[in-house]
Amino acid sequence: MEKGLSRLIGRRWADLAATRLMFVATVFVASVAVFIGIGLLLKSWPILEARPLSELLFSSVWCPSRGEFGFYPFIMGTLWVTGLAGIIALPLSLLSALYLAEYAPNKVRALVKPALDLLAGIPSVVYGIWGILALSLGGISIGFNVLAGGIVLAIMVIPVVTSVSEEVFRTVPRDIKEASLAVGATRWETAKHVVMRASLPGVAAAVVLGFSRAFGETMAVLMVVGNVARAPSSVMDPAYPLTALIANNYGEMMSVPLYDSALLLAALVLLVMVLVFNVAARLALARVQRRWA
Amino acid sequence: MGRRKMEEAIFKCLMVASVVIVVGVLLTMIVMVIWRGLPALDLSMITQTPKGGYYLGREGGILNAIVGSLYLAIGATVLAFVISLPVALFLQREYIGRARFAGLVRLCLDILWGIPSIVYGAFGFIIMLYLGMRASLLGGIVVLTLLEIPIMARAMDEVIRTVSADLKDASYALGATRSETAVKVVTRQVLPGILTAALLAFGRGIGDAASILFTAGYTDRIPTSLLDPVASLPLAIFFQLGTPFPEVRERAYASAVILLVIILLISIASRLLSRRLAKHVVK
Repeated sequence: MEKGLSRLIGRRWADLAATRLMFVATVFVASVAVFIGIGLLLKSWPILEARPLSELLFSSVWCPSRGEFGFYPFIMGTLWVTGLAGIIALPLSLLSALYLAEYAPNKVRALVKPALDLLAGIPSVVYGIWGILALSLGGISIGFNVLAGGIVLAIMVIPVVTSVSEEVFRTVPRDIKEASLAVGATRWETAKHVVMRASLPGVAAAVVLGFSRAFGETMAVLMVVGNVARAPSSVMDPAYPLTALIANNYGEMMSVPLYDSALLLAALVLLVMVLVFNVAARLALARVQRRWA
Repeated sequence: MGRRKMEEAIFKCLMVASVVIVVGVLLTMIVMVIWRGLPALDLSMITQTPKGGYYLGREGGILNAIVGSLYLAIGATVLAFVISLPVALFLQREYIGRARFAGLVRLCLDILWGIPSIVYGAFGFIIMLYLGMRASLLGGIVVLTLLEIPIMARAMDEVIRTVSADLKDASYALGATRSETAVKVVTRQVLPGILTAALLAFGRGIGDAASILFTAGYTDRIPTSLLDPVASLPLAIFFQLGTPFPEVRERAYASAVILLVIILLISIASRLLSRRLAKHVVK
């Protein structure tokens, strides 16, 4: 009896200890984002103090050796490349996902789906290499510019967005699709009005997922986008995204005053953009879901 | 009626066209990289470290980068696993209780997921400067761990959530504690999914270059301690591609093939493993 009781206490104790540990791990992981934010803010503070924020964000003059730090060209570079990737990738991914979920024969889906998942795992340098190879194909070279970066990024993002949205589309209950077909809607109308609408939150999540990846991508873009510190005015102009700025200059900036602080500010800007993007998507979703609930 | 039929036909064409474009482009990509890489790939690439003048096109291989990448990715995946599994288990209802806290943690994980790897790299570098560390295997592993945690924890969370309440209730009814249920019932039930999550994170870790650019360094030797700098495949590709010598650039393509093969093996392994382990699952 005595032994049984002490064993019981032991198990109870183990359970409590495990719970504590799990709690600590969870709090640690959740606070990593905060730590990163604080760390970057502290390190970029010198430049934020020395220059007004509006000058940093909206000046186009980038000349660290003269103490001029205008991030405008880099912010625009990031937005142009990501935006173009989205314009190319979104219709292709969503249409493909709809086809795979609603139209494709089982055999096609069984073949394409694992291939997409595999492609989603391919490292970005490989996409970058392909970009360089494709750019150097004789005759049809488009040069190192926003277009090249956008295409490479789009191709990187497509497997992720397609695969996740296909899964979301497939969770739409059969009943409501059949209800739509029964009242005379065509398959496309059903896909458009019923499937798409019912899975909007999930699709939005898939898009945010894909975009976060496009947005923070460094190596693949760096290799094909040209890296000229001027805000692009068309897709044929070269660009210089924030991520490439950090990767190209970090490590050799120690001798120039404020330079390291400026580069960490670039990292902070990226972090804030990701944060805004995620929170905005969440709020929009919560709103959509409330309207339909 | 005619208009609706037409719309149907047009969109069906568009959909088929997009699938063909997507699959076509992605296949061409793989084929092109392999096509360019295979001719330069020989045994010395994977059995030797760079010899003198390797980066001028003389002999040697990239064994340093292959081994380095494996060290980095395995170290990071093990660490991330040890941290992510408790987090994913804790996010379930019987532990966390309040849905709002769970939502907050998931939001944090999503934000971490979205943080560009170069930002992890820069952050890691600040910390290492602060601690007075040089670029090293340890630094690389820690930064990659941070990068992998959100991927792994979220993927595990998704599969663990699918465990039915009935199964857990059955375990509780027999007198098992929450942690016993978590380890012996829940974890076993979703073991295939958990391993897939780990391998997914491993794949991301081994392929990431930006986060280890400043934190792991680069060297021609295979590291012998955690504090040595370490080479990695993605960076090997990147640096070789940056040289002006065609022979070295060819080797960058060959290195890309090696990286692709590793990723492919992981993917196959994860499929086989999940099939194998599915036998413990209660249907």
